[in-house]
Amino acid sequence: MRRRKERIDRGIKVRSGDVFALCSWREMLYLAAPRMLPIVGLLVLSLALSVYWQRVLLSVSVFALLAISWDILAQSGMISLGQALFFGSGAYLAGIMNHYWGWPPAVTIPLATIFGGLLCTLLLTPVLRLRGIYFSMVTLVLPLMLVRIVEATRIFGGTEGLSGLASFPTRWVEIYLIIAALLAALFGFRRLMDSDFGLVLKGINDNDRSVMNAGINIYWFKIQALFIASSVGAFAGAFMTHVYLFVGMPVFALDYSILPIAAAVVGGIGTLAGSTLGAFILVPLSEILRGLGGLRIVFYGLFLVIFTVALPEGIFHYVQRKYHQFERWAEVER
Amino acid sequence: MSDFPLLGVRRLYKNFGGVQAIQDLNFELAEGELLGLIGPNGSGKTTAVNLITGFVKPAQGEILYRGRDITAWPPYKVVRLGIARTFQMVKPFYQLPAYKNMIIPLYSPRVKQMTGGKYGDRNAVALDLLEEVGFERDALVAYKAASALPQGYLKRLELAKAIALNPDLMILDELFSGLSLAEVASILPIIEKLRQQGKTIIMIEHRLKELFRIADRVIVLNFGQKIADGNVADVMESREVKNAYLGTE
Repeated sequence: MRRRKERIDRGIKVRSGDVFALCSWREMLYLAAPRMLPIVGLLVLSLALSVYWQRVLLSVSVFALLAISWDILAQSGMISLGQALFFGSGAYLAGIMNHYWGWPPAVTIPLATIFGGLLCTLLLTPVLRLRGIYFSMVTLVLPLMLVRIVEATRIFGGTEGLSGLASFPTRWVEIYLIIAALLAALFGFRRLMDSDFGLVLKGINDNDRSVMNAGINIYWFKIQALFIASSVGAFAGAFMTHVYLFVGMPVFALDYSILPIAAAVVGGIGTLAGSTLGAFILVPLSEILRGLGGLRIVFYGLFLVIFTVALPEGIFHYVQRKYHQFERWAEVER
Repeated sequence: MSDFPLLGVRRLYKNFGGVQAIQDLNFELAEGELLGLIGPNGSGKTTAVNLITGFVKPAQGEILYRGRDITAWPPYKVVRLGIARTFQMVKPFYQLPAYKNMIIPLYSPRVKQMTGGKYGDRNAVALDLLEEVGFERDALVAYKAASALPQGYLKRLELAKAIALNPDLMILDELFSGLSLAEVASILPIIEKLRQQGKTIIMIEHRLKELFRIADRVIVLNFGQKIADGNVADVMESREVKNAYLGTE
């Protein structure tokens, strides 16, 4: 029996340009498996993990959402250094609605998501004309300013924050809500960015003059992308408020801005799946390194450098390429 | 039809720092005309186009489209009125297939207006438009990544993107530059066809021989000033044009 190596994807792709024509269960599995992996993986993880690691999974999912939010903006030509603005706005809005008006999480989270998104969009719309680093600087500064405003005016509990907020009924609600949100964001926005609407956003990133020249108001499209991204971040913030039962100045911390970027860069920019993967690597890594005490940051930094030097394209792109190049043995003659 | 010319440019000035890019430019363009805009390098041709399409704001002067003042309008609004342009330096989405590059103009509100609200399948429309500019329907070329296409096809893609907007006035900025004679010869019939459809066209060109075969009228710029305006034969006989192109004797 003689054999030769053949690539699995070629047969699938050759049969049609854009649409995959699947001819067997095996081929269906080839396409479905990578998409099923996060769904099945998250469900299994949620059941298999200890209570402590379940908390880590919450935090992972929140950072994954922030990284997705960052990636949506980056794909639309806006490099944000201030995911903390989105996170903090959502967190404070949920906290305020719960603390002052006593609304339950089922009401505060959806409202904080929408109004957090609107608030951030309003704050950033005036600077949408700025490009590159100038836009980034404003996003970096805004959350820092908001912290000082809370501190100086002592509104919303000032430095103490608002505590004793309502919690979710059980930790299972917590964990499945955030898993559902993460999967919905990952698959939903991946689809959106692959649609014609997403193509226009990527076009703005690539060559905004050419998009303007098609009679498209690029600022209106940027505003829409900004609203989508900031709503995702605000949801994450509102969710965490009801997990910590507290909201205060730390929600505007730099961690919420920087870690999502690190996750997106390590995982791979431009796919959303990469950002998610990055968060799933970096956040647990940081937990594992906790035992090292003071040296934790050193090792953490070292890992970041190793990842970015060894795989500058991002882990996801590397894995995806290898998967597409995967070969099997096929019979030539017996 | 209105009494106004399709396009009117009046006393237009633009300077970049101390450089006078455009000085006192005046001209009118009638519906259906094909105007050649020529001049030596740096004479202000592209700046004039940028001013008309809103990519650059004039220091002084006004631009009228069908009698309506569109001076300093943002580009996307100018396009929605029916003025489409191509860029001299084509910059497609290199990683996307050629036909996907057509999606952005097809997403334009201008296109939605023209076809009564919506376009059915944008991909299908994209392929139709590409066929019009010479992407053979049965060949794979429309499906190839833009990065894999030769310059001739990229220029056609740029032209198709402008045609997709169904403009009344098309401004083609050095469409022929960098193309072989054969490639130019294959694009000329497309432009003839656009003219038959009643489109008004401004062409910036350095390839004068080809331009003169199709142009009704030529405007010559030099150092931002109009030095000649008229039909091809008269303009090329003008002493000033000879000086500008060949240097003073």
